[in-house]
Amino acid sequence: MLDCGLDMTSTLNFLPLPLVQSPRLSNLPGWSLKDGSAFLDKELKECSGHVFVDSVPEFCLPETELIDLSTVDVILISNYHCMMALPYITEHTGFTGTVYATEPTVQIGRLLMEELVNFIERVPKAQSASLWKNKDIQRLLPSPLKDAVEVSTWRRCYTMQEVNSALSKIQLVGYSQKIELFGAVQVTPLSSGYALGSSNWIIQSHYEKVSYVSGSSLLTTHPQPMDQASLKNSDVLILTGLTQIPTANPDGMVGEFCSNLALTVRNGGNVLVPCYPSGVIYDLLECLYQYIDSAGLSNIPFYFISPVANSSLEFSQIFAEWLCHNKQTKVYLPEPPFPHAELIQTNKLKHYPSLHGDFSSDFRQPCVVFTGHPSLRFGDVVHFMELWGKSSLNTVIFTEPDFSYLEALAPYQPLAMKCIYCPIDTRLNFIQVSKLLKEVQPLHVVCPEQYTQPPPAQSHRMDLMIDCQPPAMSYRRAEVLALPFKRRYEKIEIMPELADALVPMEIKPGISLATVSAVLHTKDNKHVLQPPPRPAQPSGGKKRKRASEDIPDCKVLKPLLSGSIPVEQFVQTLEKHGFSDIKVEDTAKGHIVLLQEAETLIQIEEDSTHIICDNDEMLRVRLRDLVLKFLQKF
Amino acid sequence: MDPECSQLLPALCAVLADPRQPMVDDTCLEKLLDWFKTITEAGSSLLLLQENPCLVELLCHVLKPQDLSSRVLSFSLRLTGVFAAQEDCFQYLQQGELLPRLFGEAGPLGGAAWTAPTVRSGWIQGLRSLAQHPSALHFLADCGAVDTIFSLQGDSSLFVASAAGQLLVHILSLSMRGPAEGPPSLQADDWPPCAQKIVGHIEESLRSTATPQITQALNVLTTTFSHCHDPWTQVLWVQLHPLVAALLQKDPVPAAHSLVDLLLSVARSPGLSSSSCGLWETLAQTLSHLSPTQAGLLALGILKLQDCPQALRAQAFAVLLQPLACVLQATAQGPGPSGLLDSTAADSVTADMLLPSKAACVGLLCQTLAHLELLLPLPQRPCPWPQAPLLGAAVTLLQLCRGSGSPASDAGRQLCALLLGCVRVQRAALDFLGTLSQETGPPELVTQVFAVLLEYLRSPDSSPTVLKKAFQATFRWLLSSPRTPGCSDLDSHTLLFLRELLPVLQKRLCSPCWEVRDSGLEFLTQMTRRWGGQAGFRHALLASEVPRLTEQLLRDPESYVRASAVTAMGQLSSQGLCVPPAGPEHPGSQQKSLLGELLHILSTDSEGFPRRAVMQVFTQWLRDSHADVVGDTEQFVAGVLQVAGQDLDWEVRAQGLELALVFLEQMLGPPRSHCPYAVTPPVAAPAGPLTQALQSLCRVRLFEFAFRALFDCDRPVAQKSCDLLLLLRAKTASSSSLQEPRSSPDVASVEAALQRWRAGDQAQPLGDLEPEVVLAVLRSMDLEGLRGALAESSDHVEKSPQSLLQDMLATVGILGENEADCY
Repeated sequence: MLDCGLDMTSTLNFLPLPLVQSPRLSNLPGWSLKDGSAFLDKELKECSGHVFVDSVPEFCLPETELIDLSTVDVILISNYHCMMALPYITEHTGFTGTVYATEPTVQIGRLLMEELVNFIERVPKAQSASLWKNKDIQRLLPSPLKDAVEVSTWRRCYTMQEVNSALSKIQLVGYSQKIELFGAVQVTPLSSGYALGSSNWIIQSHYEKVSYVSGSSLLTTHPQPMDQASLKNSDVLILTGLTQIPTANPDGMVGEFCSNLALTVRNGGNVLVPCYPSGVIYDLLECLYQYIDSAGLSNIPFYFISPVANSSLEFSQIFAEWLCHNKQTKVYLPEPPFPHAELIQTNKLKHYPSLHGDFSSDFRQPCVVFTGHPSLRFGDVVHFMELWGKSSLNTVIFTEPDFSYLEALAPYQPLAMKCIYCPIDTRLNFIQVSKLLKEVQPLHVVCPEQYTQPPPAQSHRMDLMIDCQPPAMSYRRAEVLALPFKRRYEKIEIMPELADALVPMEIKPGISLATVSAVLHTKDNKHVLQPPPRPAQPSGGKKRKRASEDIPDCKVLKPLLSGSIPVEQFVQTLEKHGFSDIKVEDTAKGHIVLLQEAETLIQIEEDSTHIICDNDEMLRVRLRDLVLKFLQKF
Repeated sequence: MDPECSQLLPALCAVLADPRQPMVDDTCLEKLLDWFKTITEAGSSLLLLQENPCLVELLCHVLKPQDLSSRVLSFSLRLTGVFAAQEDCFQYLQQGELLPRLFGEAGPLGGAAWTAPTVRSGWIQGLRSLAQHPSALHFLADCGAVDTIFSLQGDSSLFVASAAGQLLVHILSLSMRGPAEGPPSLQADDWPPCAQKIVGHIEESLRSTATPQITQALNVLTTTFSHCHDPWTQVLWVQLHPLVAALLQKDPVPAAHSLVDLLLSVARSPGLSSSSCGLWETLAQTLSHLSPTQAGLLALGILKLQDCPQALRAQAFAVLLQPLACVLQATAQGPGPSGLLDSTAADSVTADMLLPSKAACVGLLCQTLAHLELLLPLPQRPCPWPQAPLLGAAVTLLQLCRGSGSPASDAGRQLCALLLGCVRVQRAALDFLGTLSQETGPPELVTQVFAVLLEYLRSPDSSPTVLKKAFQATFRWLLSSPRTPGCSDLDSHTLLFLRELLPVLQKRLCSPCWEVRDSGLEFLTQMTRRWGGQAGFRHALLASEVPRLTEQLLRDPESYVRASAVTAMGQLSSQGLCVPPAGPEHPGSQQKSLLGELLHILSTDSEGFPRRAVMQVFTQWLRDSHADVVGDTEQFVAGVLQVAGQDLDWEVRAQGLELALVFLEQMLGPPRSHCPYAVTPPVAAPAGPLTQALQSLCRVRLFEFAFRALFDCDRPVAQKSCDLLLLLRAKTASSSSLQEPRSSPDVASVEAALQRWRAGDQAQPLGDLEPEVVLAVLRSMDLEGLRGALAESSDHVEKSPQSLLQDMLATVGILGENEADCY
């Protein structure tokens, strides 16, 4: 199984979970059907024309109908965003396999899960809505609830215990490490340049190579650069996890982010940045480190609030080997690789596990707050949205591309604060993909259907699709696709003693052949030729019988023939041996030598010779021997 | 030649002839050659050689087989040419067989030295100088030089090849000038043999299948028609025209660029009557045969011609418009004419040129836009000018580059994919759009123009240079926007646009990219200068955060931005558009006047640009009687001059003198007209106000500032100060009341101090000066003399020929000064 991401956009259908009791949210009117029936008004609330489920947020799990997840042996994880559904799979499906991921992926993935669990568990909500999920009722609901898919499979968030259990099933791997999977294939993670420890995977046998490219970046940000060279010579390249906002250039967006931040703060407003606790935030802090002095923002406090803020900032500094070259060299100076260390030292950046406690005493405005969750449905961000939403001086800047910012903002309407959308997605865009494919030249590309056509809203943008030759094979949800290659060869090892016994015969310059009599031993998808057992000494009735059952009989082998029969010489030889009235006919595949007198016909083709005579075994053997004279035996 | 130089010359010639003493610096040789040219232009070369036999010895010496540097050899060839330009001197050198030995087969031409490009170049330039008289022509014919020049046209060194072509033109022109008995025949068959040979060579080259040869021939012809306008050129064109026209039959047309140059040079030549030579037909043919990129240049050239048939102009303009017509057609929402050309004209050739590769597409579009931009302001531009479709094309291109257009056709989508994010096209299109603002357009298109400009200004993906051009184009369109009748204020549409623009500007002023902040500030300054007095603009600006952000940029870490912020704030303040930076949310910025802030920058900023900007703002404020200045002008001027006088940047000091001049004029009145015919009666200035004015000048310590500047080590400062003091002296010359005997003790001490200052010791201040003393000092100073000395270039002493010869000798140690060092 390649990755197991969690679709969190389902949470956008739920009301936010406020940290502090919010009179506004708790007084929202219940929603009733057109016919006036109000039986759903406890579950569904209306806010500025949108309807939300008033319940603990639920997540959309990976597809479970298509395959039995208990039969999955291995899960390969690309990056920490692509493992958020792991506890659901390892803990609830009977999964007994192994999960492979790099160390930073696991550590930061743990932080993301921990933050998620913490955000949801610290504001327990008694109510759990299920009535609206009834298919007959769902049909009557307004969009987007009406169109939500698979709502019956939506689940509440997992627990920390489940997280720990799931993570214990992960086996850590390093870049370029070769991992044997049951002898059948070898898998290797390669740096994908997107996030700390993010990987592309190579899945290869001796004769086939499949690359799985997911969430890769060619931009120079904090992680190790993408390893492109190792992706060459792939039979199939499975491409996914491209940028979600192909029209937004990350550099321009960072500039936009900085400008809007400065503009707001200079006017005395506060800036709220809903974000994940790891990833782009490191790059943003680095940009701000360079920008704040030049923008005269040195006195403005930056707050990073997350239950895992401290761990995230510290983890980032210790994964030196997973960082880009510039940052790695800093470690040897020694200096912290990320400049946020200096921001923390100089008190410009302060971090808190939550807005309760120290934060409330240190809090000073105007300020910039980085906090989660980017869906705006849970986490400390909910509080800041409620607190700052009423003033037009304040700004919320969306940098994470996973959620539609308009949908995220819907339960906070009407909103006075300014909203800026600066999605920063450093993953490959289509231009980079086309360069990558030119460089790597896979025989076939396999990708989601969406990547093979321009976005529906911009149908003229031919540049916003994958353009490669041969055209990419696309797949859609729940589609079963046969990868375009067949396994034709297997590698077989030969035991040294058996190899010793071989006597090769050169049949053409540089080509030698030898016959082998051996036992093919196959175990764990490894094939070994072993010397055949010596014929067992006859010792006893039963035992002998058993031995003969186990070991195949080694019959005396007929020699193998090679070479070709020169027709003219063959005819001459026949004549020498007394055959006359010989006629040669050319056929499409070779020749037919007719011995008209003997009513016999010799069919000579490239890989076969047939002697057809009328029940004259003697004649046949004579002729056979004449044929054999021209061929080599071994 | 003066005797000192004559004395030094033999030693120098010996040095040049000595292969053991290489001339390292060949600029000396160039200077030496220039000097000899000056001498020979003024007098007889023959006399010069006779008086300085060392020169002929040098020329003879270089011919000896030896390891002489190629530079000296090249120099000698060129020098010989300079001398032989005069016919008598030519004969003199001929007698000694020197010329054939230098320029003939026996000379460097056949030797190893010929491999050096500089020698080949010297040979050509020598002949070029020499070929001035009929004797030279005979010489060239006799020594077979013309054939060598033919072969040098294809020389590996571009300089040599180009010089060879020019020499051919020169020889052709010289031979056609003919002997003294009269002008040459207009029948080509009767032309002098040398001319016939050259023309024959050109004809042969034009018939060649090798493009380089055709290029050479076309280049020679281009130079000929550009420089020679005698009647024979017309005969030449008539003779060669069929060969040139035949080139068009080849596919692809060889040496297209050179062909275009030739045709344009023929068309521009006043010696040719274009209509009679089939030139227009050839031009029309060429336009249709060349590829769009090559034809663009020709089309522009044709449209720039003064007299040209209307049909040809129309054809040329169509060629120029073709790529844009193609863009409009590819992006048209439905069938129908794009308005630029009829649909057949935007033919498949252009489409084929545009679509296959990004480089070709971008190159053609940028070239087209640049050509049209050049054409627009010309009086002979095509009429009617298709303003509306061109506006449409520029807007469409800009939309395609942003991916915001929505082309319906496949070609349009393909074009969009090629142009997306292309900065070159964006820049060219924005420049072009800005130029189009000189004309009006249909309102709906103008709305689109503003919309696309706003889109560019808003877009986070606009590169800093694109953004700068977008600002410039926006300003130009704002300038051209219609006024409300009877009112000079911006019209309501423009004000609406302004309200959308200002938030964008606000954001740009906070950009992390300093170039963007800088462009934003420049744009603001331009707008404020233009509309700062108008209510609508003032209202919109004051309602925005722009003035406050601008004030904050005075402390920007980038000096260019600080400088632009200073200029912008100066402008805003002049128009009363500054907002006091007060308020509880701005704890850092106390109530501080802008004047104080700017003075602070002037005295403390580590970079020159902001300080220069401050001085310019202050000068403007003084000129405009800015409110902050009028309060206490003297204190203002005194303060500024004191700080500026100590500035290390000469431009700041020079600007200080500009400010001093403004103050002076305000005190004493403007300078008299410099017009030599203006009658300026010697009206005596009233003594009372003059005394007061001078006292005021003394109080602000203007004199101390000006006197210091007079001895400034930077010449522009000293010159400016000199002019200022001369003006002051002229102003006060007629005043009798302030006459003071020169021998006053104060005057003497000031003069002594000034002497020390002149010597470089400026530590001692002059102290408080009385007007009388100042005037006395001024009268005693030789300001005119000083001005004359300052007007000389700083190396006028070192530039003398004697100094040059001495320098050259000194570098090789002949003067003996350095001999003592060799122990």
